Amino acid sequence: MTTAAPDDRSTVAARGQPTDTPASTTGAVVELDHVTKRYGPPGTPPAVNELSLTIPAGEICVLVGPSGCGKTTTMKMINRLVEPTSGRLTIDGRDVMQLSPVDLRRQIGYVIQQVGLFPHMTVGDNTGVVPRLLRWPEARIRERVEELLDLVGLEAAAYRDRYPSELSGGERQRVGVARALAADPPVMLMDEPFGAVDPIRRDRLQNEFLRLQSRVRKTIVFVTHDVDEAIKMADRIAILQRGGILAQYDTPDAILSHPANEFVERFVGADRGLKRLSLARVRDLELIRPVLVRAGTDRTDARRELQASAIGFALLVDDGGRPLGWIRDTDVDEQGPIDPEQATPGASLIEPETTLRDALSTMLASSVQLGAVVDQNERVVGLISVDQISEVLQSGNLPGSTDATG
Amino acid sequence: MTLIEELGAWLADPAHWTGPDGLLTRLLEHIALSGACLAMAVAIALPIGLWIGHTGRGAAAVIRAANIGQALPTLGVIGIILPLTANIEPYGFDLIPSIVALVALAIPPIVTNTYAGLRQVDPEAIEAGRGMGMRELQLLGLVEVPLALPSVLAGLRISAVQVVATATLAAVLGAGGLGRLIIDGIAQQDDAQLFIGALLVAILAIATELSFAGLQRLAISPGVRGRRAVRESAADA
Repeated sequence: MTTAAPDDRSTVAARGQPTDTPASTTGAVVELDHVTKRYGPPGTPPAVNELSLTIPAGEICVLVGPSGCGKTTTMKMINRLVEPTSGRLTIDGRDVMQLSPVDLRRQIGYVIQQVGLFPHMTVGDNTGVVPRLLRWPEARIRERVEELLDLVGLEAAAYRDRYPSELSGGERQRVGVARALAADPPVMLMDEPFGAVDPIRRDRLQNEFLRLQSRVRKTIVFVTHDVDEAIKMADRIAILQRGGILAQYDTPDAILSHPANEFVERFVGADRGLKRLSLARVRDLELIRPVLVRAGTDRTDARRELQASAIGFALLVDDGGRPLGWIRDTDVDEQGPIDPEQATPGASLIEPETTLRDALSTMLASSVQLGAVVDQNERVVGLISVDQISEVLQSGNLPGSTDATG
Repeated sequence: MTLIEELGAWLADPAHWTGPDGLLTRLLEHIALSGACLAMAVAIALPIGLWIGHTGRGAAAVIRAANIGQALPTLGVIGIILPLTANIEPYGFDLIPSIVALVALAIPPIVTNTYAGLRQVDPEAIEAGRGMGMRELQLLGLVEVPLALPSVLAGLRISAVQVVATATLAAVLGAGGLGRLIIDGIAQQDDAQLFIGALLVAILAIATELSFAGLQRLAISPGVRGRRAVRESAADA
């Protein structure tokens, strides 16, 4: 369910970056074997109870559940911020209890709620914390910081010397991710990393993070209480229930189509059919060829193109190919050049990584039930329609869901 | 003679400036005594404040003791110490009681402000630091102290100003300093000397205040400036 290979190549190319990603360590297998955590003496109810999970290398495993289900405790046992009471945790077969907590943590990226950037350090210093702890030479740290900021889409020259208080929530979030990746750890722990960002930016950051993950292929343990986020981000979801009991551990599709028990069924919600739409992405659909017109184009030409296509709407674009609004076939009845004022503003902009579910709600919210699929530079690459998505719902077959995992 | 004329006459006498009892000697004595006492107080109070602030252990007891210490009158402390040290040669009668009293005066603000500063540090930042593999001392040095610095320096500033102002009392015991000008001025009914002594103490206290304000500006990261330190109150004494 992560970004498929052909797409990330086009993504990278679209961003004008070299296609050979800097050599990086890919994920390690994380294994929990009958792990229990009790905060009180023996006999007290455990926070995490006999939990066994195998997280394959390079996958995103989302721990999700109601508060008090032990998801954060479970995550923190992996880097020993919490010591397990019993059971074994291994990373690539090595028992975490055999390593010193300090050495262990320096090999595990960590992104926490509210990001936890150090306010007194610049973006560059924040990003370079772990390399500095590992005593890398300054020149190498500097180089690495630049590379990482570029990787998360922040221009190093502009951001390196800023302080966290001068950044937006989304920018802080990206710095947090860059910082966690600094020493190129095989494993990353993320505790509600997008919790502090508003819903619209969260969606973009999630998409961005999935794109990034398709390049770095870390093993990621991701904690959230939000089922939708879990479905969107996960290769595998571990649903925990109160008392740290594992209710189900499976792929999002399997959990939505075959919930293991009533708890899971209630937890994922009655709309799980609709939620399955989160598992397919816009790029999995066959895009409709758009009719693009520029402001000032002659109406006769536009009319001819519109008649040739079956959709009844043309998209008014600016000189960079970015959409400005919809033009109806009735808007081009007269003669003369097209007046941009006539366009119905607010074309829904949809990224190829957007899930079908998000695309559907975006399109339903606009007056024209079409979405303009745009690339990184907001250039239109095609259209999708509400009808296409309802066809998916009816057929029950998700496009691209069979071959996208792993 | 008006006070102005008296001052003019007093200042016109070069012996009042230089020489073993001169104003410059007294000023240097005052600065040396204050500086030494502050340094000793920092050496004692800072580790205590850092320890209780970082671990939270023993904080309640230490803070209670510091508050009591803050309430002790300096003259009272001198009165208690003096009989104990009076027989120690050569400084038992003058310097040692003064130093003990001034160090005792300077410790509580440093301890309480260091503690409060560390406790105010965002737990997220500490958790992030620990989760990234910082050792406890690295956490303290790289995260907690820089973030607590406004408050820590505010404590130092309060102590420094209090010590400079109160060091005047050392002269009562014969330990020198600008207080001598005041005491001698009173004893000799020399208003000019009394006035100049008092004025210099005030100027020195203000200069101390300003230099610490400058230090705060230099030492505190622009990323945290603007955060208010606890108890930024001006010193009294």
